[in-house]
Amino acid sequence: MSTVEGEAALAAVPALAGGETEGRRPSLARRLARRPAAVIAALVVAAFIAVALAAAALAPYSPLATDYAAVRKPPSAAHWLGTDEVGRDVLARVIWGARASLLAGVIPVTIALALSIPLGLLSGVAGGWLDGLIMRITDAMLAIPFLIVAIALAAFLGPSLTNAMIAIGIAALPTFLRLARGTALALTTEDFVESARALGCSRVRIAVRHVLPNMLAPLLIQSSLTVAAAIIAEASLSFLGLGQQPPAPSWGSMLNAAQRYLSQAPWMSIYPGLMIFSVVMALNVLGDALRDALDPRHG
Amino acid sequence: MSLARYVARRAVVLVPTLFFVSVLIFSLQQLLPGDAALALAGEEHDPSAVAAIRQKYHLDQPVIVQYGLWMGRVLRGDLGVSLRTRIPVTELIASKLPVTVELAVASMLIALLIGIPAGVLSASRHGTAVDMAANAVALSGLSVPHFWLGIMMILLFAVRLGWLPASGYVPPWEDLGRNLTTILMPAVVLGTGVAGVMMRHTRGAMLQVLGTDYVRTARAKSVPERLVILKHALRNALIPVITLGAIEFGRLLSGAVLTEQIFAIPGFGKMLVDGVFNRDYAVVQGVVLVSAALFVLLNLLADVLYFLANPRLRGA
Repeated sequence: MSTVEGEAALAAVPALAGGETEGRRPSLARRLARRPAAVIAALVVAAFIAVALAAAALAPYSPLATDYAAVRKPPSAAHWLGTDEVGRDVLARVIWGARASLLAGVIPVTIALALSIPLGLLSGVAGGWLDGLIMRITDAMLAIPFLIVAIALAAFLGPSLTNAMIAIGIAALPTFLRLARGTALALTTEDFVESARALGCSRVRIAVRHVLPNMLAPLLIQSSLTVAAAIIAEASLSFLGLGQQPPAPSWGSMLNAAQRYLSQAPWMSIYPGLMIFSVVMALNVLGDALRDALDPRHG
Repeated sequence: MSLARYVARRAVVLVPTLFFVSVLIFSLQQLLPGDAALALAGEEHDPSAVAAIRQKYHLDQPVIVQYGLWMGRVLRGDLGVSLRTRIPVTELIASKLPVTVELAVASMLIALLIGIPAGVLSASRHGTAVDMAANAVALSGLSVPHFWLGIMMILLFAVRLGWLPASGYVPPWEDLGRNLTTILMPAVVLGTGVAGVMMRHTRGAMLQVLGTDYVRTARAKSVPERLVILKHALRNALIPVITLGAIEFGRLLSGAVLTEQIFAIPGFGKMLVDGVFNRDYAVVQGVVLVSAALFVLLNLLADVLYFLANPRLRGA
């Protein structure tokens, strides 16, 4: 995750100012549908979500069922993607792993959004010492690189998928907070907010009814990019043994085990990585397309 | 404004940031489940040893006092002692950091050699198949999990082809040739991600500059296109890219965690992971603190480079 992405998302703010006159502009879905890459990316993401939801129906075997008669077997008709070091079906584990990875992409972003929207709104609208304090803490958190924060937090909280998701959510928080606050601050100087103030709306009403709805577009762009970063972060933590714990499958933990059998069973490491790459690539394409569609200065 | 005044102004802003960084890192210790003294003792369960740790780290004192004492030690350069090796953390960091710096420099060179020419090519052929292909490659570089790319490269170049060693590290002063072969794969792995970022920013900056009046004037004067791009456009487009480079270098120093783990390179990142697994919390805190300090300093360097490269700021 980078502040560069945050700035890219913030760049979409001017597009919001025109939100009031948006009636003549085609809807976001239509603007996205005009981009073939975005359509393909959306289909890929939808396919991954469908696989994660229907894992129980799609997986040919239980992801935990071991078979010591079929240890590290290459791909075959019985096991399309081969088997792992204890004879578990790699395809079944890849399918179930989608669930852990997508959850690990969405939940940290939800945590970051749930904390950054109220705090960013408060900071941007209230200003003063509270804004100063929140921003200094945000700067401090941004000074520690994303993965280092996630690893350190996961290490101190203890290894588990839940703690890894909390750690990634907290690590992603400062980028969201800075973006939410910056957007809120920019919006408070807009004419429609000035008008609401002139009409006698209370600060809370202005924040909730006028500023909040217009903050969502840049946060949406940032979310799509952060889901991608969070999936990689979860895979990284699980790869290090700080995320999903064995024998439960996740793409990162599968790669951890696979690394030890690189020469004997390369299929164990190829497929989980390809899955991470495909879903992250699709989310990044979608994030780029969202930014271009929401910000007239891009594309 | 003079450079010294500019640096001083930026540095003053860093003081509160570094203060909050220290508070955050100190707070990590408070996250330890249960008794921190027991956790810090690791596998040592002797009550007298636990009591000694409690006394040494002042865990029986109020949190604010603990922070004050910890900060006092940090400011004197004392980051504690590794529980596992009994070596001072500062000494450990000093011995591991050069390895990571070498890896980061090599990765940055690869990123610059790929990212900037690709960005220039992409912008000068805007909208063509070349532009689209370069964009797709850059996005792939940003999307691929580096640790997996590392595993795949080991599979291909070490296991299958046998061209490069799968892992390990040889210091350059022992054998430069072997040093280069050991860091080539990890540097490519780390460099590809940064190359993607560099390419996208170079392309964006070039497109912006290519649309300016002075470039149009240069073209109107029939300046050859090569000169327009390399002399008129690139020089200005590189200003934001230089500062980005400094920031990305900071990211490389910390981003090497998994890459070092995969290629068994005894650097800063591997030290963090080993610290995590040995429950060696002084090491973890030390690495996080130093990487944050380096990151902040490199951001300051990015600001200074931006100041030096941008005549409008100097004149202000």
